[in-house]
Amino acid sequence: MELELVNLYDDFRDANTIKAYAKIIKEDAKKLKTPINIMEVCGGHTHTIMKFGLPQLLPANIKFIHGPGCPVCIMPKERIDHAYVLAMQEDVILVTLGDMIKVPGSSGTLQDARSKGADVRFVYSPLECIKIAKENITKKVIFFAIGFETTTPMTAALIDSVIKQDIKNIYFHINHVTVPEVMRELIDSRDEHVDSYNNKIDAFLGPSHVSVISGSKIYEEFPRDYNRPVVVAGFEPVDVMQAISMIVKQFVEDRCSLEVEYKRLVSYDGNVKAQNLIDKYFNKRDLFKWRGLGNIPKSGLKLRDEFKEYDAEMIYKDILPIGEIEDHKLCICGDILRGMASPPECTIFGTACKPTSPVGSCMVSSEGACAAYYKYGNLV
Amino acid sequence: MTKTVTLAQGNGGEENNELISKVFYKAFNNEILAKSEDAAIIHDGELAFSTDSFTVSPLFFAGADIGKLAVCGTCNDLAMMGAKPKYLTCSVIIEEGFATRDLEKIVRSMKKELEVNGALVVSGDTKVVPRGSVDKIFINTSGIGEVIKKGISSNNITMEDLVIVNRDIGCHGAAIFVAREGIEMKSSLESDCESLYPQVKALLDANINITAMRDATRGGVSAVLNEWAKQSNICIEVEEESIPVSDEVKGICEMLGFEATALANEGTFVLAVKKEDAQRAVEILKGFENCQRATIIGKVSDTHMQRVILKSSWGTSRFLETPSGELLPRIC
Repeated sequence: MELELVNLYDDFRDANTIKAYAKIIKEDAKKLKTPINIMEVCGGHTHTIMKFGLPQLLPANIKFIHGPGCPVCIMPKERIDHAYVLAMQEDVILVTLGDMIKVPGSSGTLQDARSKGADVRFVYSPLECIKIAKENITKKVIFFAIGFETTTPMTAALIDSVIKQDIKNIYFHINHVTVPEVMRELIDSRDEHVDSYNNKIDAFLGPSHVSVISGSKIYEEFPRDYNRPVVVAGFEPVDVMQAISMIVKQFVEDRCSLEVEYKRLVSYDGNVKAQNLIDKYFNKRDLFKWRGLGNIPKSGLKLRDEFKEYDAEMIYKDILPIGEIEDHKLCICGDILRGMASPPECTIFGTACKPTSPVGSCMVSSEGACAAYYKYGNLV
Repeated sequence: MTKTVTLAQGNGGEENNELISKVFYKAFNNEILAKSEDAAIIHDGELAFSTDSFTVSPLFFAGADIGKLAVCGTCNDLAMMGAKPKYLTCSVIIEEGFATRDLEKIVRSMKKELEVNGALVVSGDTKVVPRGSVDKIFINTSGIGEVIKKGISSNNITMEDLVIVNRDIGCHGAAIFVAREGIEMKSSLESDCESLYPQVKALLDANINITAMRDATRGGVSAVLNEWAKQSNICIEVEEESIPVSDEVKGICEMLGFEATALANEGTFVLAVKKEDAQRAVEILKGFENCQRATIIGKVSDTHMQRVILKSSWGTSRFLETPSGELLPRIC
């Protein structure tokens, strides 16, 4: 791969374009009858918004609400404990992605497991597991798979290769989750809480990388059934500012529809080949527990029964803990993931809970709202 | 602090600082150590004294190797205190089975770099340990330098100073990442590993009024700026757009979710220079081959004491934090 990535984003960070959108938004916002709250579902957007200081460019009647779209943040302790137990097995190499190794479960983080002698590795691409497995044929390589629709095809591609190459020492612990189910849950559950929190979600910024795989069609129901506009947006500051202006225009013109800002990669149907690969190996769990949000129906994936010989959850069934674990009493990650509270409202934010010693998962990943607030501050 | 030492505690950032202050400073505390400079100033301010250990993997990488690094690292720490590197020690711990040819190659690199600094290795030690006890080879060097300009210190920066970097940042960290991790990636990127004494000498010869210098090794430029903000009790305001970053480094940062300011360097340093001399300092640095992008990146203010503020070209601002944790790539 040649490194010419910079050309891909330079235009999308252009100061004049960002300022121009800020001006358009400000003008249009004057015509709004009521303030609007826009939830950016994805942690990647939260990161962009905080890193580039975008709230500082918005008028007072437009507010971001940070959503639950950070795969590390939503991982409940129960699942992290699984990873920990698996990692501590003598003949296991536990492989996972990035920040996952920093999230505390009830016995500690995977980093702690590693300092106690466990073989824990992080990779950029799940396909690296194949190399690890071939170099360590006496070991069992377990891929602790996490992420939304964006990363699921990579796990599916790994399973596909493992089967085709007849590799006998790679197993899977699947924690993939899906976006539309949690968006639905946020709207439905919110009605019960809406009186106590003045944080109604008026519109969604849709994660574009998810739609590159799944298409924009997955958000159709939100404008149609829930009266919430959705704009699928890219991750550069110009993308986000343009998407905000599209949302504001919908309110000003009294429209409610699904629009795509990220036209350079998102189509209505998405990547059908990737979707087929996912369908081939995964089906929906009845329930998946999200940290802070509880059990959400059909929101998680698992390996299909015919591939159970690769399923670490089956193979290690006898040693994996099954009890429910309560989150830390003072941590409000749950409310933050629901978009009902913002990080500074948490009493332990920045004091007992910091990126170096996170209490809750939102402080761990760079895409978590707490970590983004802690890291970038944001000065007006 | 954690019960066992974690990799994050060697990151040059926050956890690293905590380990140093709670374990080492607590035990060894004295006036010289407490100054937290790149090198200790001893003997009535006449001498600078520093040490560094090198454990880099891979041993040979684009732009340098562990040998060059081992000499540059210690010599640069001395140069940052306005000292001319004079005498070094060299201790090596070698894993059984290490190729003699590689060892010779490493030592040749060291010799060449000593010549650039005009320094000598005057004492050393060699240990060979059973396979698995170290990863191939670890090198420690300590060095003594003769202070040419007294009073350079990270504790004395004021609003009279401007902040300069000598070149584009992040090359070493990015090059090592590309070489080390399992990314199938081609890149023309080279480590910036280089002896800084010649640049420091040129600045001092021209009587540039330097308040402080620090090489931006682990923790990168953002660690240096944050250390300075704390040590000198100031606020440093940096224009993000003015920080020079090559397209290759930007590309790697975007792909893996890093910030160039947090990446390690081995031939990049930050200077605090009196306002009236700042432009002249930049011109002198630009006379060096690798410093074509030397530039002023920020100023000192009193808006948020002990903090570093990064300002965007579209008018927003945020804090630039000391890097923390292991450098891990973003997930999606």
